[in-house]
Amino acid sequence: MNRQQIWISLITLTLFAVVPPLTVLFDQPFYLDMFARIMILAIAAVSLDLILGHGGMVSFGHAVYMGIGAYAVGILSYYGIDNGFIQFPLAMLASALIGLIFGAMSLRTSGVYFIMITLAFAQMLFFLAISLEEFGGDDGMSAARSEFAGLIDMYDGVQFYYLIFACLALVLYLLHRLVLSRFGMVIRASRSNEKRMHAIGYPTYRYKLAAFTIAGTICGLAGALFANLNEFVSPDVMHWTHSGEIMVMVIMGGIGTLIGPVLGASAFLLLEEYLPEWMEMVMTNGGEHWAIVMGPILIAIVLFGRGGIHALFASRGKIGVKQND
Amino acid sequence: MTEAALRIEGLCKSFGSLVATDDLHLDIAPGEIHAIIGPNGAGKTTLIAQLSGELRSDRGRVSFAGRDITSMSMPARSALGLARSFQVTSIFQDFSALDNVALAVQAQAGHSFHFWRPAQKDPRLQDPAREALARIGLGDRGDVPAANLSHGEQRQLEIAMALATRPSLLLLDEPMAGMGRDESRHMVDLLQGLKGDHTIVLIEHDMDAVFALADRITVLVYGRAIATGAPAQIRADRAVRAAYLGTESSTDIGDA
Ligand SMILES: Nc1ncnc2c1ncn2[C@@H]1O[C@H](COP(=O)(O)OP(=O)(O)O)[C@@H](O)[C@H]1O
Ligand SMILES: [Mg+2]
Repeated sequence: MNRQQIWISLITLTLFAVVPPLTVLFDQPFYLDMFARIMILAIAAVSLDLILGHGGMVSFGHAVYMGIGAYAVGILSYYGIDNGFIQFPLAMLASALIGLIFGAMSLRTSGVYFIMITLAFAQMLFFLAISLEEFGGDDGMSAARSEFAGLIDMYDGVQFYYLIFACLALVLYLLHRLVLSRFGMVIRASRSNEKRMHAIGYPTYRYKLAAFTIAGTICGLAGALFANLNEFVSPDVMHWTHSGEIMVMVIMGGIGTLIGPVLGASAFLLLEEYLPEWMEMVMTNGGEHWAIVMGPILIAIVLFGRGGIHALFASRGKIGVKQND
Repeated sequence: MTEAALRIEGLCKSFGSLVATDDLHLDIAPGEIHAIIGPNGAGKTTLIAQLSGELRSDRGRVSFAGRDITSMSMPARSALGLARSFQVTSIFQDFSALDNVALAVQAQAGHSFHFWRPAQKDPRLQDPAREALARIGLGDRGDVPAANLSHGEQRQLEIAMALATRPSLLLLDEPMAGMGRDESRHMVDLLQGLKGDHTIVLIEHDMDAVFALADRITVLVYGRAIATGAPAQIRADRAVRAAYLGTESSTDIGDA
């Protein structure tokens, strides 16, 4: 975390902040929805970056916490509890709890086993959601938007947008502080050399578990917002491919930079939206084959774009080891 | 009789059929520098790993200041005041030298569930870390990423980190390995200065350093302690000469 990252964060947030007036000015309400979606996925990606980028924990089932948050809102709404002041804390509490349980078990392993076990836990809940006929099974369920005692009207696109914006800004700020704190130092150093951490006296497990739980909680917030955005919840949100997409956003944007994953989420969702259109222009039915282009773009970024999109803006030689040079 | 700083009783460790530590008994006295020497593969590093809690022993008992620590984890032992350095440099490569040491300071400053204040601006961590760096001779290298330090400097950083945990017992695994002459001499001076405040178990191939520093020496061969005694005693010991030191030269101990 350095000065540059702070500047990139401020500029990015400013750009997000001016989207609503622009969409009104140019009468393009679609973009309001588009960027709301981007910011929600950005929250999820930033939360993954905490444990993946800073903590070195390759959690391959992170979308499951979005699912928990989304289902918490959906299920509460199903039972007539639409109050956001109840829904959001419960959504985050539920994701925290699941994060704590899954983390407690997954963090006993490492390396490829950790990847597999986090994936397995996520799949477990995915299939559980499918089996819940009461809540729509694999068709999913609709969910009314939350009510905030008349303070925020979630059906007002602009108000909803700024709520998401505030959540993203707050999450970025809190995690920025966290990463630089004593706790953050422990998390980052554990990624760097865990054996040394043990030798100088850190029981790293509890710190990693705390980070894992925090990441799950924040991702649960993204899920609660996601349910509101779609007015709908389905098991797809927890599908492993969705976890994979969130991870791609992190890597694409710049792992371990917090703001990078926000850029990654933007790039990923915009490409997903417009690549089919562009390909349609180039060749007939090209739109159906957009993944053929998306795939190589992602591979190129991973292979050649060390540091991701973030590195394009940050000056060279500022990534990784040479950070303080 | 004063209590041993570290008591090793019947310690064993095998890797498959290979016996790396073979029924070892040893008392380390408080405040002494106790050197452990022996040819490559004698089991010195394995012993350090067992004492520090990195490796679980097959059998035997380790007590630290009268307390049984045999089944304690590495962090728990560290919290009691037992620190180690690694033969193969083990530092936080992507952190600055100062942050490396500050992390060691932080480890002893209570739990690290502090999420708000920036650690790198905390004088309670930075000041002792700077002090430890200066003491080891890296005072002006604090801002350099550890990966960019020279080999000798990284070895010094190893020791600075161990010291920063304010241990009473130091387990040093070949601290001078790969160091230049001047760096070695500096390290000998430093260890000499630590004497008294710290009990030190020193593994070292540099015999000049060993005989200059050690109060007592234990010779390890195939996981067995074949002799323990004062340097003069060890130098004169027939079994030691035969098994290890070679007949003519006491400084020739083979490669590191
Ligand atoms: N993790 C391990 N697995 C198998 N064999 C090991 C392991 N660690 C050490 N050894 C073996 O144990 C013996 C002692 O090794 P070590 O303690 O590193 O010796 P030293 O430090 O005295 O050179 C050697 O023969 C080494 O090959
Ligand atoms: Mg060794």
